[in-house]
Amino acid sequence: MAFHVYTEEQQDMIALAKQFGEQAVDPVIAEYDEKGEFPEEIVNTGLEMGLQSLDFPEEWGGAGLSTKTACVTFEELAKHDTGVACAFSVTGTAIAPIMKYGTDAQKAVVQKKIFEEGGLASFCLTEPGAGSDSGASRTTAVKDGDKYILNGNKIFITNGGYAKLFLVIAATDKSKGNKGLTAFLVEKGAKGFSVGKEENKCGFRSSNTVELVFDNVEVSEDAVVGGVGNGFKMAMYALDHGRPYIGAVAVGLGQRALEEAVKYVKERQQFGRPIADNQGVQWMLADMEMQIESARCLVYHVAELIDEGQPITVNGSIAKCMATDAAMKVCTDAVQLFGGYGYMKEYPVEKLFRDAKIFQIVEGTNQIQRMVVARSLLK
Amino acid sequence: MKMLVCVKQVPDTTEIKIDPVKNTLIREGVPSILNPFDSYALEAAARIKDKDPSSTITVICMGPEQAKAVLKESLAIAADKAYLISGREFGGSDTLCTSYILSEAIKEIEKTEGKFDIILCGKQAIDGDTAQVGPEIAEHLGYPQVTYGLEAFVEDGMVKVKKEVEDGAEIIGIQTPCVLTFTKPSFDPRFPTIRRKMAANKANIPVLAFTDLPDIDPEKIGLKHSPTHVKKTFVPQKKTGGIKIQEETAEESAKKLFTLLSEAHVI
Ligand SMILES: Cc1cc2nc3c(=O)[nH]c(=O)nc-3n(C[C@H](O)[C@H](O)[C@H](O)COP(=O)(O)OP(=O)(O)OC[C@H]3O[C@@H](n4cnc5c(N)ncnc54)[C@H](O)[C@@H]3O)c2cc1C
Ligand SMILES: Cc1cc2nc3c(=O)[nH]c(=O)nc-3n(C[C@H](O)[C@H](O)[C@H](O)COP(=O)(O)OP(=O)(O)OC[C@H]3O[C@@H](n4cnc5c(N)ncnc54)[C@H](O)[C@@H]3O)c2cc1C
Repeated sequence: MAFHVYTEEQQDMIALAKQFGEQAVDPVIAEYDEKGEFPEEIVNTGLEMGLQSLDFPEEWGGAGLSTKTACVTFEELAKHDTGVACAFSVTGTAIAPIMKYGTDAQKAVVQKKIFEEGGLASFCLTEPGAGSDSGASRTTAVKDGDKYILNGNKIFITNGGYAKLFLVIAATDKSKGNKGLTAFLVEKGAKGFSVGKEENKCGFRSSNTVELVFDNVEVSEDAVVGGVGNGFKMAMYALDHGRPYIGAVAVGLGQRALEEAVKYVKERQQFGRPIADNQGVQWMLADMEMQIESARCLVYHVAELIDEGQPITVNGSIAKCMATDAAMKVCTDAVQLFGGYGYMKEYPVEKLFRDAKIFQIVEGTNQIQRMVVARSLLK
Repeated sequence: MKMLVCVKQVPDTTEIKIDPVKNTLIREGVPSILNPFDSYALEAAARIKDKDPSSTITVICMGPEQAKAVLKESLAIAADKAYLISGREFGGSDTLCTSYILSEAIKEIEKTEGKFDIILCGKQAIDGDTAQVGPEIAEHLGYPQVTYGLEAFVEDGMVKVKKEVEDGAEIIGIQTPCVLTFTKPSFDPRFPTIRRKMAANKANIPVLAFTDLPDIDPEKIGLKHSPTHVKKTFVPQKKTGGIKIQEETAEESAKKLFTLLSEAHVI
């Protein structure tokens, strides 16, 4: 097994995430997956621990850890359940631009609602007609005196049914495309703001994915995050911050699938010996390990770049894409190594396999990541 | 409420190995944990503090330097302050000596921190398993005690303890200062928070050595003055569950019992 040197703080966080995973998540998560239900109680426990606050500054109520330490924590959480891990990681994605570009008053709202009271946040960009093409956003924000009136629908919003704060990207000037977008901080319970359809998903079923409806929602102009017309920039900052999180979650997921596969091939006997004795099986295991370990190195590198204040757009796309492709491949191979049993719900890899697919799609599809990388080469 | 919780570091195993010559525990190579029953005592204290945030929780542990780990864990979960009681002179103490040293340490800490209202202990340590230390602390201090606690709360200025009994629970009111010992409740103790954990790692834990306890009687501590002598230690055989005879009527039950007894050639 490849090895890494972790600081004492990172070892502590891995141990804490493991304790949380083993005691709070593992015993009950299959039921939530089966029902497609959000494990509110488990997530609340994690919120009390502060799993949503990892790499945010202590002076605003965060835990003050590095992004790398946040990543090793998410990696461990994802070994237990990616849906639970992403409740926290997506909260981090949503609040990142506020903690970086927001006003002190906005940061104070995050401090109170997310860190002190222990709440989730949602990042609200996608719309029915604006997926990969976020500039096509139809949700509008029209200025009315010192207020904005929001109208439109967002879909596929993670945490949407449970979040206390929402970073909403809306068009303040439709004629300008991406440059006409503005980010708003919307609080749960705003008049005219409601949760619509909840999605029934293939995997990642413990994550809450909903539609959000904005029907003449009034927000103060103080709710603008990072300046009018900077919505696309805010969204990209959020996603850049989220890239290593998603990468780390994918690495944890792949690692879990590999561990399950290693255990199984040593136990399963065919032709009078453990299937692990076949070189064909061994090479699959080696490839799985190499893919996960390569992905892990890329993810850690991006996290370190963030900690050093370096730009990460290209590296972030490379890491997100490689890590999530690796997780999909490794989870598929894990099912293969389990044979028919791997396809059965009684065995753990079936869920991991279903969970893996989403990560090649969310927070920018892997084609979009490749587009970012290619553009950087050709410009 | 001012609360003090006694926590012990124990090996994470039920299979204890014994030094055949000294008849003492071999602790090397066995991972150490916070005694689970002490985590229930700490949770009980934390719940009192949840309701009354002006409460304080101090934890103490007697043990070697590495026992600071369980004090740090306690700080990460809920405690405000921690003290390690450590020294050669205390080594080899049995339960009577241990409880005496702990009660002397409590009195010493009270000189700076003020009197504690509630002393909380686990019901028993999972290595020693005697369940003697808590009640003995109460005797050394002359305090009333409730054992087998599940939960504690403060109502109308009085401490009330929900106590496990054979087939249910009792609620007992007790005057302070008092000693309470705790067993496994129906809820899980809370997890540490990340902020507390980071702070706990940096915490400086004061050590009370023999010389820091000026009032302690050196004739009452350590291996030499321990009246208990362990003759043999072994893992008890698991009791196999008996059978329950519960037929429709008493008569049928009696018949079944008779058949079983005669089949076993007992009668
Ligand atoms: C479970 C789940 C959770 C989600 N959570 C959130 C959330 O919290 N917040 C949020 O805002 N969104 C969220 N999303 C939305 C997600 O980010 C989008 O689904 C994703 O960006 C793709 O958009 P789309 O589904 O409209 O696909 P489309 O953009 O329609 O893409 C369809 C296919 O075309 C490909 N494609 C599109 N354009 C190009 C191109 N230029 N070159 C090559 N290929 C291209 C895509 O890669 C994809 O394969 C979530 C989605 C899911 C399923
Ligand atoms: C195999 C074995 C060999 C032993 N050999 C000897 C020996 O040779 N000589 C000898 O004198 N004694 C010996 N002992 C006794 C040993 O010293 C006791 O374990 C110790 O005194 C505590 O008693 P206990 O573990 O039964 O705790 P219990 O009475 O079961 O513990 C009850 C509660 O008291 C508190 N508590 C107990 N210990 C501490 C502590 N150190 N610090 C803080 N709080 C504490 C905790 O709250 C705990 O939950 C031996 C014990 C064992 C199991």
